[in-house]
Amino acid sequence: MSFIEAKNLVHEYFRRDENDNVVDILTAVDNVDMNVEAGQFISILGHNGSGKSTLAKHLNVLLTPSSGTLFVDGKDASDEKNTLDIRQTAGMVFQNPDNQIIASVVEEDVAFGPENIGVPTDEIWQRVEKSLKAVGMWDYREHSPNKLSGGQKQRVAIAGVMAMEPKCIVLDEPTAMLDPDGRKEVLDAVHELNKKKGVTIILITHYMEEVVGSDYVFVMDRGHVVMQGTPREIFSDVETLKEHRLDVPQITELAYELKKSGVDLPDGILTRQELLEALRYLDEN
Amino acid sequence: MALELKDITYKYSAGTAYEITALDHINVTFPDGEFIGIIGHTGSGKSTLVQHLNGLIKATSGEIIYNGQNIYDKDYSMKELRTQVGMVFQYPEHQLFETTVYDDVAFGPKNQGLDDKDVALRTYEAMEAVGFPQELCDVSPFELSGGQKRRVAIAGVMAMKPAVLILDEPTAGLDPMGRDEILNMLKETHERTGNTVILVSHSMEDVANYADRIIVIDKGQIKYNDTPKNVFKHYKDLEKMGLAAPQVTYFMNDLKNAGMPVSTDATTVQEARDEILKLMGR
Repeated sequence: MSFIEAKNLVHEYFRRDENDNVVDILTAVDNVDMNVEAGQFISILGHNGSGKSTLAKHLNVLLTPSSGTLFVDGKDASDEKNTLDIRQTAGMVFQNPDNQIIASVVEEDVAFGPENIGVPTDEIWQRVEKSLKAVGMWDYREHSPNKLSGGQKQRVAIAGVMAMEPKCIVLDEPTAMLDPDGRKEVLDAVHELNKKKGVTIILITHYMEEVVGSDYVFVMDRGHVVMQGTPREIFSDVETLKEHRLDVPQITELAYELKKSGVDLPDGILTRQELLEALRYLDEN
Repeated sequence: MALELKDITYKYSAGTAYEITALDHINVTFPDGEFIGIIGHTGSGKSTLVQHLNGLIKATSGEIIYNGQNIYDKDYSMKELRTQVGMVFQYPEHQLFETTVYDDVAFGPKNQGLDDKDVALRTYEAMEAVGFPQELCDVSPFELSGGQKRRVAIAGVMAMKPAVLILDEPTAGLDPMGRDEILNMLKETHERTGNTVILVSHSMEDVANYADRIIVIDKGQIKYNDTPKNVFKHYKDLEKMGLAAPQVTYFMNDLKNAGMPVSTDATTVQEARDEILKLMGR
């Protein structure tokens, strides 16, 4: 069994009138099959309202399936008995760091989670140290979170999730509010956790550049998974992505434009290095 | 006619032990009819700066001259200024409050004292400009998707027809197509009406694609105030400020460093494409 396994997963939102009669049903996640292996770095793309956040909220049981099944680390998400277990397995980081930080000192904020689940004090401090070091925020442990930059706050939020020692972290547009530096800090920290600690990562983003380093990508539209594959496979199909209101990284776009103008380039160029090599090759031959 | 900042300094908690200088002797002019991008890392002072432009924050020292009048003069009408200089905040959809989309968009022009007919005209015009379907005008704004809410909120400011439209990260959190639609709409309105647009953004690609001129703010000071090409030339310096250049600008530098005779000043995909095609003799 895969680490995350969704089968025919459906989630419906009900709209009710004053008398609690259902007046409208919106199927936000519609028959989704999805397998994620432990240790993978997964990205989910999709336009606003495509259902990606609804799907993500199932992974730590903020929502439960209307029908279909979801297993996280072998546990059935529809079974209430598993709720707490799954929440400790899959931690979640949201868009706005200011809504996620609660304590007035960085290290206390990170300690909040483990303290709540009754981790012994000595171990809490070990976990705080490990987590803050993992995201490069150890030097700020005695700072006040509201004096930090957006990228730093978001890294503290990630450390807070790390301190719960989850096997998986789900990040829902963690960089949407950050400047270029902040985006890079957060992305580097997440990749580091994935590589060094083997944490499974599910990253939801609107920045196509952030997807390039993932192992596998799912594209959602109207609640369905409409494309899936490696970043190279996904970004090779510029036209289909645009139909789904998405985009490609700027370098991929440049290669695509050059190709349209008759330059003989391969599909799915993702990085500056790749485009440089492809152009040099053409130049030399 | 223009919006002019003369020696503007702003200090938070001035005179206390917690005093922080957010803006440090800023001198800048926003001439009528320009599309200007403002970039700077989080905490650089760019949001503080734009909140000065319609008098939401009063400078600790310095003057702001709008159309020849000092807005800090005793008898200057701030209300008048705010209908002339419209501001769309970050996440403007959090400020929707009326029961229908129509009422929300109409709130601004109504407050300007226009009669019902003009209010209706302005409201529908603004909804059309942002690409919001008229048949949904009686829906509660709270039932809309994130992208639609954002449009309604922007329409609410545009309905006042401000001569200067300031937007603080209007596309944060939108999908790529939603981002392009909003920015194209701003550009189109700008070209049609000749309004001044001041766009605060964290996306280097967006300001490169849309702005005539870019102002770079760092530590409360203006570091650059120039065309996108001339600003992004200094990408190494921008990186030190927590910023960057568009990916294609980096790529043109990669080509040059690899010994290819290209000009490195491209800031958009089209410019980079044309320069590379030229290199390849096409």
